[in-house]
Amino acid sequence: MLKVDGLCTEYPNDRGEIVRAAQDVSFTVAEGQLFTLLGPSGCGKTTTLRSIAGLERPRAGEISVNGQLVYSSSTGVFVAPNRRGFGMVFQSYAIWPHMTVFENAAFPLQVGDSGSIQRAGSATRTRLTRGDIRERVMRVLTAVHLDALTDREATRLSGGQQQRLALARALVMEPALLLLDEPLSNLDAKLREQMRFELKRLQRELKITTVYVTHDQSEALALSRQIAVMHEGRILQIGSPRDIYERPANQFVADFVGNTNFIDGYVVSAGPAGAGHYRCLRTEIGEVRVTSEHDLRPDERVAISIRPEDVELSETRPAGDNVWEGRVDQKVFLGEAIDFQVRVGPRTLLSRRHPTLRTKIGDAIFVQLNPDKCVVLRAA
Amino acid sequence: MSTGTTTAVRRPGPLGDERGGSGAAARGPFDWKWVVIGACVAFTVYIAMIPLGFLLWQSFRTPQTAAVEAVFTLANYAAAYGSGDTWRLFWTSIRFAAGAAVFAFVLGTVLAWMNERTNTPFKSVFFALSLIPLVIPSILFTVSWILLASPQIGIVNLVLQGWLGLEEPLVDIYSLPGMIWVDGLHYSPMAFLLMSAAFRAMDPSLEESATMSGANIFQVAWRVTLRLTWPAIVATMLILFVRSIESFEVPALLGLPVGIEVFTSAIYQAVHRYPSQVGLASAYAMSLLAITTVGVYFTSTLSRRGSKYATMTGKGFRPRLIDLGSWRWAAAAFFILYFLLIVVLPFAVLLWSSLQRFYAVPSMEALQNLTLDPYRFILSYPNLGRTVLNSLLLSFGAATVVMLVASVVCWIVVKTNYPGRWLLDNLASLPIVFPGLVLGLSIMIFYLNVDIGIYGTIWIMLIAYITRFMPYGLRYSTTSMLQIHKELEESAAMCGASWSTTFRRVVLPLLKPGLVAGWIYVMIVSIRELSTSILLYSPDTQVVSVVIWELWENGQYVELSALGVLFILSLFMLVMAAQWVGRKYGIRE
Ligand SMILES: Nc1ncnc2c1ncn2[C@@H]1O[C@H](COP(=O)(O)OP(=O)(O)OP(=O)(O)O)[C@@H](O)[C@H]1O
Ligand SMILES: [Mg+2]
Repeated sequence: MLKVDGLCTEYPNDRGEIVRAAQDVSFTVAEGQLFTLLGPSGCGKTTTLRSIAGLERPRAGEISVNGQLVYSSSTGVFVAPNRRGFGMVFQSYAIWPHMTVFENAAFPLQVGDSGSIQRAGSATRTRLTRGDIRERVMRVLTAVHLDALTDREATRLSGGQQQRLALARALVMEPALLLLDEPLSNLDAKLREQMRFELKRLQRELKITTVYVTHDQSEALALSRQIAVMHEGRILQIGSPRDIYERPANQFVADFVGNTNFIDGYVVSAGPAGAGHYRCLRTEIGEVRVTSEHDLRPDERVAISIRPEDVELSETRPAGDNVWEGRVDQKVFLGEAIDFQVRVGPRTLLSRRHPTLRTKIGDAIFVQLNPDKCVVLRAA
Repeated sequence: MSTGTTTAVRRPGPLGDERGGSGAAARGPFDWKWVVIGACVAFTVYIAMIPLGFLLWQSFRTPQTAAVEAVFTLANYAAAYGSGDTWRLFWTSIRFAAGAAVFAFVLGTVLAWMNERTNTPFKSVFFALSLIPLVIPSILFTVSWILLASPQIGIVNLVLQGWLGLEEPLVDIYSLPGMIWVDGLHYSPMAFLLMSAAFRAMDPSLEESATMSGANIFQVAWRVTLRLTWPAIVATMLILFVRSIESFEVPALLGLPVGIEVFTSAIYQAVHRYPSQVGLASAYAMSLLAITTVGVYFTSTLSRRGSKYATMTGKGFRPRLIDLGSWRWAAAAFFILYFLLIVVLPFAVLLWSSLQRFYAVPSMEALQNLTLDPYRFILSYPNLGRTVLNSLLLSFGAATVVMLVASVVCWIVVKTNYPGRWLLDNLASLPIVFPGLVLGLSIMIFYLNVDIGIYGTIWIMLIAYITRFMPYGLRYSTTSMLQIHKELEESAAMCGASWSTTFRRVVLPLLKPGLVAGWIYVMIVSIRELSTSILLYSPDTQVVSVVIWELWENGQYVELSALGVLFILSLFMLVMAAQWVGRKYGIRE
């Protein structure tokens, strides 16, 4: 449905140098899905989103929606942002302070003209009567639970209400594509969680294709069908939340999405890729047997990434491979879990266990790494 | 009032007794707190109340001459408002002020919009250049435009006549449109600065979200940009209006020769008639004061209501710039033309005229007669050293006193909960409604009647300057005072510092950027000051701007130009030096 191909966007900075904010960004989003751009601050997420919106003019690439080109550097197509008909929620919400709640939400219906890109199946937009506008605005305000506040001045809304109003304003014209730039980052933790479910519900119900920008990995994992992890203007990996979390493509992704332990080492016995074939790596803590999707060459430098919840601990020596004896260095009680820092040889591994494990600090403990959970990453 | 404040709040403060632990004396160690606060409050009240009171009083008195005592009368008001002349005066003043305000506003806003929101080339250079006109004193700007566009000797007229083969001069600067042109042009940088700030303060995503909603450029401009900047637009218009209705130089130089009178020039003429009609001048002044008061009142209520929109926070990045396409070269040409009109031409014509023995229009012939005589004349002008010294002493002195008193006053207003502090705030800001000429008039009247030996000395001018610029100093220091967190002071108190130590060691240093910026501003406006000084100077206390005025009255144009060139150059250097010093003390911008 949305197809972005080879997108490059640059900015001149104050000294006239060129900042490559987005480089060779390509992805597709299927109809009705929520796609997330995830990455640290300054990695070019907003830039990519604004390029899709048409608020920035990319230097190269191609963007199409429903098969219709909105930007193409090769043919010189550039559809103005106000003719694209996309809904967008800005990070600051950009609620107009001189209008009421109703006026804010009605604005897109009052100014828009026909000819913008339509959502598959929605009626073509013609001049609406006052009654139509009222009805559609009320419908969308009801959907975001703001129907009781229609005549309230927009400046007198709480953060969460402003966020919902911004969403209503973006949804009222039934856009082909919804663009969200960190819509939850201005809310406090509790509200953020609540709005996360709300957003997911609305998106599911309306089946609206959405591009979502965030730097919060838990938000990305919870909401999206697909995630693209960005770093320094480039997409490093695209995949489902589970893929990204369990099979990160490189150290950056593994580190940025969730907590992880890295163990450096090199390959001792190589072999073909795939499950069932175990390879042996020599690492700082000794020999580790792993499976790998990559073909590995002997003596290649690699790093193993293993999530804290996959580092198994037990007080008695377990059966099987990849077992070491270690010593508990630190414990942090978190409520639903307990984090152990376990010293194994020269390394300290982080392990997240159920609080029933009560080994004392300084006591010996056995560490086991499941070969299937050890992700082998090529050194960058 | 000052004593009331003092006793009402005297209570054992946290700062009072920390060093009195030895128990040697019943009273704690002497703290300068109440002396400083009391002195500043008394001073503020004094300078704010005097002008208004005496102006009012004098407007009900007959003129005093050697033979006749002044008595109570309503005749001044009868004379001022009984005749249709006054209504004409009123109407002319309004037309002039409104015209100049609108012209300055439109020009400044277009420039600000081009500078902030479009991709016009060289605009960063332009922003720096646009501040230069602010150092050109009004009187010199007006004189240079007379040299450029008067019907007889105006270069623009002569050139255009030559090109187009016309008999009649094309433009006449001695007219209402001419006055509006000069005044509006000179104050357009002010509109430019105010509107730039307004555009910059607006979160660009407010406009972008309208674009994403499907609105085109005009819908965005009309329904979002304009509505959101509306408070700033009205405030800017009001400020410009009040400013041009106070304007003295332009009406005096361009209006009076052809009989176009506005309130300021009428006041000046009433004072300079023989016998001096101070009462009539005061009556005029009261109506001028009424107009400016209304203007200032609306400006301040507006800015208070404007804070409703204070949610408009910038996001740090520059907004998306509108691509003007090839029109951007036209826009750049407009910038250059503007800069020519406002800086290059006026300065060039002054420079040209300053190199002549008698003023002559530029020609090959005149080029051969270039001379430095006017400069020699100026440098050997009687009392030149004295005059320059006066200007410097007054501007430095006024700036220093204003900023010190303002820092204490705004500390009281912002940081304490003393009763009556809002009154203090309003009193200290009161002089802002006084046009320079009216302020000069009322101070003159007061010290003529109450002889404490400062009439005709430099002190009366210092008092006038301080009064006039106190509101500006207060605004600068309040802005930075608001940013100082109360806990910084409290922690100093917890360390055992007395109030004066805290003020000197914590508050003043933190306030420094605001104080230095305010000091520079007050210094510059003081050194250019003419309309107050012109009623207060004496031969011993002449300042540079008054000398320029006298040279103009005597028709010594080339000498005036020489002095003007030197004045502008040294002002420019002074500003540069001040900014350099300012940057050293950590002022942004
Ligand atoms: N208008 C601009 N002018 C110059 N540089 C810009 C501009 N906008 C963004 N950049 C630069 O482009 C890069 C990417 O910025 P972008 O706003 O896309 O980051 P982001 O991933 O959205 O970050 P955040 O999570 O902080 O919002 C940054 O290095 C930024 O400094
Ligand atoms: Mg961003």
